[in-house]
Amino acid sequence: MEIEVIGRRTFLIGAGASLAVATFLANLPALAQEPIRSIDEALKKVLGDATATESGITLEVPEIAENGNTVPFALTVDSPMTAQSYVKTLHIFASGNPQVGVASYNFTPASGKASVSSRMRLARTQDIIAVAALSDGKFLLGKRNVKVTIGGCGG
Amino acid sequence: MSAAKPRIRVPEKAKVGEVIEIKTLVQHVMETGNRKTADGKVVPRNIINTFTASFNGTEFFKADVLPGISANPYLAFYLKVPEAGEFEFTWLDDAGVKISQKMPLAIG
Repeated sequence: MEIEVIGRRTFLIGAGASLAVATFLANLPALAQEPIRSIDEALKKVLGDATATESGITLEVPEIAENGNTVPFALTVDSPMTAQSYVKTLHIFASGNPQVGVASYNFTPASGKASVSSRMRLARTQDIIAVAALSDGKFLLGKRNVKVTIGGCGG
Repeated sequence: MSAAKPRIRVPEKAKVGEVIEIKTLVQHVMETGNRKTADGKVVPRNIINTFTASFNGTEFFKADVLPGISANPYLAFYLKVPEAGEFEFTWLDDAGVKISQKMPLAIG
């Protein structure tokens, strides 16, 4: 039980919530588990009122994924990664999944390179969208379509 | 989650200022919370929700993970080597289980 409480606090700090932890704890399970279902909503949450420039992100994904349970991807943002100019966060979204968010990666100038590789689940054929939040407050966006033969989201 | 030993690949040696790739793999079911059992009950979500990588105590990479990441998550990322020292990698899941692993890095 104690472990779970620590988990919730960590989530709060991560989410940048500034309200008292005690007030939030009661509502937290719902907040933490409430997934974003639409790509428009997910992009609005990341971008706010800003617009993203569609350049500077390389998305390496297969054109056709036979198994949606494990689709490799690699994202690289063109950035010098210096203290003056670096990528703060790189988000990846699967626009056609039941929950569109896949992961958010946080970098620092010490990362040296704003690049990450992992594997994701894809429920069906869809667009993969990556958004990079830069240290100067600007945003970059990249998009690739992946055709999925067998979907991989359980449900 | 059984606290399986994660697999991590870092170079044994690197030069100061070199950008090195770090590859990690950990065993985890990454239960999405979307799945139902035969009798219609939702299988509760249990995923690794956070991964952090530090070098000599300074965090240089962090992943906030959602159920869209595959089971037994693989993750590769980079570090610009500042000096010799020690990595610490940490995985944290929804059940509160934490896996930590340290790795040395020499200059040469």
